[in-house]
Amino acid sequence: MNYKAVGLREEEYQAIKELLGREPNESELRILGVMWSEHCSYKSTRPLLKMFNSEGKYVIQGPGENAGIVDIGDGWAAAFKVESHNHPSAVEPYQGAATGVGGIIRDILAVGAWPTACLDGLFFGKTPRNSTLSLMDGIVSGIGGYGNAVGVPTVGGKTFFDDSYEGNPLVNAMCVGIVSQEKIITSKTAKAGQLAVLIGSRTGRDGIAGAAFASAELAEDTKSSKPQVQIGDPFVEKLLIECCHELLREKLIASMQDMGAAGITSSASEIAAKSGTGIYIYADKVPTRDENMTPWEIALSESQERMLVIIEPENYERVEKCAQKWLLECAPIGEVTDDGRFKIINNGKTVVDLPAEMVGGGCPEIHWPSQKPAYLESIETERAYTLPQDAFRDICLSIISDPNVKDKSWIYEQYDHTVQINTVVGPGNPVSVIRVKENNKFLALTMDCAPWSCWLDPYNGGAESFLKAARPLWACGAEILGMTDCLNYPSPESPENYWILTETVRGLAQTAKDMDCPVVSGNVSLYNESPGKKILPSPLVGLVGLLETMEEFLPSGELEEGDVLFLVGPKKGFLAGSLFQRLLDKSIQGKPAQYTPTAEISFKERALRTAKDKCCSSVRVIGSGGLVTAIAKECVFAQKGASINLKSEHLVPEVLFGEGGPRAIYSVKPDKIAIFEHIWQDFGLLKIGTVQKEKTLEFLGLSSFSLLEITSCWRR
Amino acid sequence: MLYHIKVLVFLKDGVLDTQGKAVLGSLHRMNYTDLKDIRIGKYLQLWVEASDEDTARNRVKAMCSDLLVNNLIEDYTIEVDELS
Amino acid sequence: MKACVVVFPGSNCDRDVIHSLSTRVKANVSALWYEEHKLPQDTDLVVLPGGFSYGDYLRCGAMAATAPILNAIKGYAEGGGLVLGICNGFQILTEARLLPGALLANKNLKFICRQCAVRAERTDTPFTSNLQTGQVLKMPIAHHEGLYFLPPNDLKQILANKQVVFRYCNNDGTIDDKSNPNGSVDNIAGVINKGGNVLGLMPHPERASEKILGSEDGGLIWDSIASWLKKGGRC
Repeated sequence: MNYKAVGLREEEYQAIKELLGREPNESELRILGVMWSEHCSYKSTRPLLKMFNSEGKYVIQGPGENAGIVDIGDGWAAAFKVESHNHPSAVEPYQGAATGVGGIIRDILAVGAWPTACLDGLFFGKTPRNSTLSLMDGIVSGIGGYGNAVGVPTVGGKTFFDDSYEGNPLVNAMCVGIVSQEKIITSKTAKAGQLAVLIGSRTGRDGIAGAAFASAELAEDTKSSKPQVQIGDPFVEKLLIECCHELLREKLIASMQDMGAAGITSSASEIAAKSGTGIYIYADKVPTRDENMTPWEIALSESQERMLVIIEPENYERVEKCAQKWLLECAPIGEVTDDGRFKIINNGKTVVDLPAEMVGGGCPEIHWPSQKPAYLESIETERAYTLPQDAFRDICLSIISDPNVKDKSWIYEQYDHTVQINTVVGPGNPVSVIRVKENNKFLALTMDCAPWSCWLDPYNGGAESFLKAARPLWACGAEILGMTDCLNYPSPESPENYWILTETVRGLAQTAKDMDCPVVSGNVSLYNESPGKKILPSPLVGLVGLLETMEEFLPSGELEEGDVLFLVGPKKGFLAGSLFQRLLDKSIQGKPAQYTPTAEISFKERALRTAKDKCCSSVRVIGSGGLVTAIAKECVFAQKGASINLKSEHLVPEVLFGEGGPRAIYSVKPDKIAIFEHIWQDFGLLKIGTVQKEKTLEFLGLSSFSLLEITSCWRR
Repeated sequence: MLYHIKVLVFLKDGVLDTQGKAVLGSLHRMNYTDLKDIRIGKYLQLWVEASDEDTARNRVKAMCSDLLVNNLIEDYTIEVDELS
Repeated sequence: MKACVVVFPGSNCDRDVIHSLSTRVKANVSALWYEEHKLPQDTDLVVLPGGFSYGDYLRCGAMAATAPILNAIKGYAEGGGLVLGICNGFQILTEARLLPGALLANKNLKFICRQCAVRAERTDTPFTSNLQTGQVLKMPIAHHEGLYFLPPNDLKQILANKQVVFRYCNNDGTIDDKSNPNGSVDNIAGVINKGGNVLGLMPHPERASEKILGSEDGGLIWDSIASWLKKGGRC
């Protein structure tokens, strides 16, 4: 068998021979082909991921385990991670998205946490073609169909529309779980003599070599890739969560891994490598669903809803009894040894014998050539925009009804977002808030990305991706505990793509570090291309913040009559890459927001103080669609009118529709204006109007809208 | 004897078939205007060991009334094939 | 109050009901495994919670309705014991024929999760004894199969027997097509058996029993049960 057939490069094959001191056999080659794929080994991005700072006062566990874990006080912790399921969702939207949700929930389960909330980052083509609509429909039903049945609420997320995602939609699923700090499970704690037990579904041929599939561009005929897609069974996943938690309560689990990409191979070898042990897997002991599966097929199967649990041999009967109670398959399939070897033995014959550390960690890094794309030189200059008064009205309405801005309830109403009775602020809001019953505190969650800025100015776009997720958390009064990210990019093999990837990660990492936010988990998805098309650079950021009480929470969409509206921050935003520019020019150019650490830190401190001082009824950070959209959304959510009175020098597109940078609107209680002005003095502060009784949104000197008109335009 | 039994389960007349209605709408949009109605049901295959066909049929009828079919909203038909 | 919440494989609202009952009315609540054959002694209330018992495979609630504990619940209900089925629990009760009708896929064929308004049509049941007739309660729904269906003759019968306890309505209590989220016959959101002691409803009272969750109206159902039991009511 040729190494190329399993997706290995020549230097990787040479490295294998060197590490082994011999030629690998066919089974070993197939296993290493998958484990050394981009998806499993991160070989292209490992050098880049080193840029992320993963240390901070709240960090309990950084990257490297199934999920990052942060301290939320009183002996409790939050475990979280985001993961992509882009390629499977492009090929089979329902199952691809469903198994994406299933996979991330098992990651959270694997560290011993109870899966408490999910969020989803979705990226779709914008032109409403039939193919896009059916992809969207399938992906949304898949996420709902799985998450709803498992009983984990989908409390938020973010949806992006751009034609670069046409044919290559992105599905990034994030899960947050709660775990007692004393009961965190790691993959480092297996000991020789312990038993490896497989609990969950039977093993079939599903998704064999799916990880390798995720590491190449999609072929023209996606149907030919179909057999690789896994089928999810949320019922079994629910039973698996219950069963594993019962085993945890009875203290029967020494170590645990979920089976995702590369199935038994990656979970078993990872435990052995991290624990400094060996592990032998007996392929003939694995309960299979299909007949005549070869040992390597069993070792690489990506059948869903399976966990590998390491236990003391004398506890096996109790474990088996618990699995039976929850209607799950259970089989002792291997043992932990002290020789550092990852072996697969079939009917007494050793078919795979590799150093455990080499399986998951031996792949050499790839340093792809990097080159600044030529297009960046030519798009830096931006044409000047004027705002004809008679066009204002139409522009406003097109922006409000743009898929990137308008109501997403058709998506999130298909997700159960109230199960587990912790959802205090649900989907549709800038920040989602869940209660933690265990310690009576609250987690504030956001997800965001700035793909268009990343395309125009990779470093600053990376920074803005972080800041877009962070600013709403600061504005609502939450302290950020940690970050997870999903780096979605096209092929790194193009020097220009690789340069963009490097620069955005550099911007993202620097900003997170400056803002004191450790990166505790994440995932990389490369090769997001379909014939003739590649996605925009899309580093999705997921943030977890803490609120001690809801008293400290400043909501959005809660304008009160008589409040005074203020714009804080620079008066002008940026039109480069903004929705305004995309609608007007159908293309993007110019320089987007430039990251200024001091301004962001200052915004953070003032925003947190504003929330604490309770001088406002409502806040909205200015995002997609600019100031006008932020005001319109506030009015729609609160069902209140507003009168906006700007000086003529401010009636320019940069003020009204500009995006990026630390800008927000506050609805300030009339008797608290002095406190508010004191907090924001010397930062940029502009009184822009008042909340009024009349159900109209007036922009004096420009146009006026009835609340009904704006609401129905946004909902349509 | 092993019998292969095919059970067709369909919604009774008068019970709103939401799925059927949606599919009908889609096919009409695709210009299949000659399509007058569509009802969507379930197809179950059972393999039953029994001494004769009647016994097999009766066993499956019992399974239908005990679990497989909700006779408030569903009807069914049974077809039996002898296997060995 | 001594309550038990039945746990089937795939139930996912069992913990929510336990939390809600024990915090709102300080009930002594326990989880009861579906394979049990008996209810605990002196049980005042049995709740079949929401979720996806057996993955909602075959028909929602069909397989759970054949579980051993259902025999005990039938006996308990015949003796006048209080049984409440929420969402999937309602589906189970109809499949077990403890309640009339069936729950079919929502009219739009999609899962729907949103806050809903329902109107209390009866206040002489143990579950609604603290309510005013016509009172509007806000509670979330979260289901894919919530379209309540009955053949026309059966519908006439349950209407004649006044078995409809909750109807989907507008915020002001009016009942129309717009306020019917799933296409249920006659806007029906909850029905009771003839004996008046077995109630099934699609909205989730346990998700609306705390101010912080956006509504406390569901808590009124727990309060009703508690005060009815305190008064020593019998069905």
